[in-house]
Amino acid sequence: MQDNGVYVAVGVLLLFNALFTANFLTLGNFTTQLVQAAPVLIVALGMALVIGTEGVDLSVGAVMALAAAIIPLYLGAGPLVAITMALAVGLLAGAFNGFLVAKVGIQPIVATLALLVGGRGLALVIADGQLVQLHDQAFLELGTGEVAGAPISVLIAGVLALAVAALTNRTTFGRQLVAVGGNRKAATLAGLPVNRVLIGVYAITGVLAAVAGVLATSRLGASDPADMGLLMELSAITAVVVGGTPLTGGKVRVLGTVFGVVLMQLVRATLIKHNLPDSIAQMIQAAIIIAAVYVARERR
Amino acid sequence: MTMTTTRTAAARTKVLQRQGAAVALVLMVAVSWLVFPRFGSPDNLRDLALQGSFLAVIALGMTFVIITGGIDLSVGSVYALGGVLAAWGSQHGFLVALLLPLVVCGLIGLVNGLLIARTSMAPFIVTLASLLFARGLLLVITDEGANTYQIAADSAFVELGRGTVFGFGYPIFIAAVLCVLGGVVLNRTSFGQNVFATGGAEQSAVLMGVPLAKTKIIVYTASGTLAGLAGALTAAYLQSGVTVIGVGLELDAIAVVVIGGTLLTGGMGTVLGTVIGVALIKVIQNVINQIGTLDSNYQSVVSGVFLLVVVVLQRVLRR
Repeated sequence: MQDNGVYVAVGVLLLFNALFTANFLTLGNFTTQLVQAAPVLIVALGMALVIGTEGVDLSVGAVMALAAAIIPLYLGAGPLVAITMALAVGLLAGAFNGFLVAKVGIQPIVATLALLVGGRGLALVIADGQLVQLHDQAFLELGTGEVAGAPISVLIAGVLALAVAALTNRTTFGRQLVAVGGNRKAATLAGLPVNRVLIGVYAITGVLAAVAGVLATSRLGASDPADMGLLMELSAITAVVVGGTPLTGGKVRVLGTVFGVVLMQLVRATLIKHNLPDSIAQMIQAAIIIAAVYVARERR
Repeated sequence: MTMTTTRTAAARTKVLQRQGAAVALVLMVAVSWLVFPRFGSPDNLRDLALQGSFLAVIALGMTFVIITGGIDLSVGSVYALGGVLAAWGSQHGFLVALLLPLVVCGLIGLVNGLLIARTSMAPFIVTLASLLFARGLLLVITDEGANTYQIAADSAFVELGRGTVFGFGYPIFIAAVLCVLGGVVLNRTSFGQNVFATGGAEQSAVLMGVPLAKTKIIVYTASGTLAGLAGALTAAYLQSGVTVIGVGLELDAIAVVVIGGTLLTGGMGTVLGTVIGVALIKVIQNVINQIGTLDSNYQSVVSGVFLLVVVVLQRVLRR
């Protein structure tokens, strides 16, 4: 139960909806749910890595906004250029966070708080506070198109989840990451490249946030830095923690994170489909967070 | 000789480290006064103090929480909830308008504290959940946000938010009294020592017989209550319970506490530092507003850069 609570919860919710929610077991509905969850999942994957190092990244929503603000500036030169620039900004932002955490030694929560506060403002300054409609068909295809019936954004999220899982479980970097999160001092003494690992992890998270920002912008059909990714940091952290990755670091559960995102999406969908107002929905989400963390908490 | 030099250097570093925010504040005020003729006007200063007083009340609670090594993400939502409860309660008189938000928001803080102290759940997560819960409760009360309760302009409760002494609003005095009280409690009472001990080294605190659970519960309850009070005062000032305020306010509160020199790792911090942090942020925002050509988006950019500079300096100086 302690380790598998999130899977059980997803199973229970699926069963409940299959029995009691009209039009739930349709392909169209599943597609809609997955498309909505894709950007959150992409951000949450990075967040899981950061939390695995005993850190946290509050700036992911602001980085999404920055990516959104960058897109229209370079879309004239083609979607590839625009996307590359957006991802580069994400990489820079993430590496900057990592530098502050690793080299300067600032606590992750404060280091990334600065970018959360300043990043969205910067995005708004870049965009002159405006929402910009986008008309580049190739770019819009990314968020709305399908390959063999599967939405492109969902496919991208799936591939990224596999990549992050492989990175965590099958590479030296993944093992070093977990070691740094488990005991930074010991990792340093063992001669692990602690700083490089930390900068790398935050940089990956920045890029992933930018990817989410690009996909969400494409789906929206407009660059909207004022609203893009607002409170995303909280959704991502919630999904990661509900998925069983402890905030104390030293452990990354990628599959759990995927299910954490699915669980929170299912909860929202269930509440909406049963016409529960937003107020009750928020309170139930709060209860679920507490219950999930209570079940998964480390026994002392 | 060498030792004396080292000691003076160390002392100088310590002053800079501790008073960095104060030095920055003095410089900011001096420059603003010279450059912007309107900055020093009594009207502007009063407005500045009033705007700062609401944030100061919230940041005061946050200071205690952070010194215990915790964090309270729920204060922004609880602040908004407090305002709505006060506005709703004002139809039943002054006392209900004031006490209802204090009690309800205090209870939310109490639940935060109980969960954090009695289970081993992280403060970050517990208060993240109550951030959602408080917003949800607010929406229930306000008909999903469609209903904004107004406060009768001639009621005594509005006087609490809009009344003035020598032109200075009551909230300024309330915030000042609370901050002085908070400083005294923190530095002159055994409870204050427990707060420091809780955040310093939990293991040793347990061995010394510090009542950890009790201290945490009190601190989170106080933080909730203060956020509710700030919300009530804001509602009295605005003459209505605005439903959409307070989003992200917890981050402002954390930022000013950190700028004021309180360590997020706990065990160290001052109320005075927090007050200076509040003043600094409000002066910066005020100045940016006065530069008419700069759009308000620069406010958050400057705040972010400022936060960064302060924490980097703190870190570098500590080496």
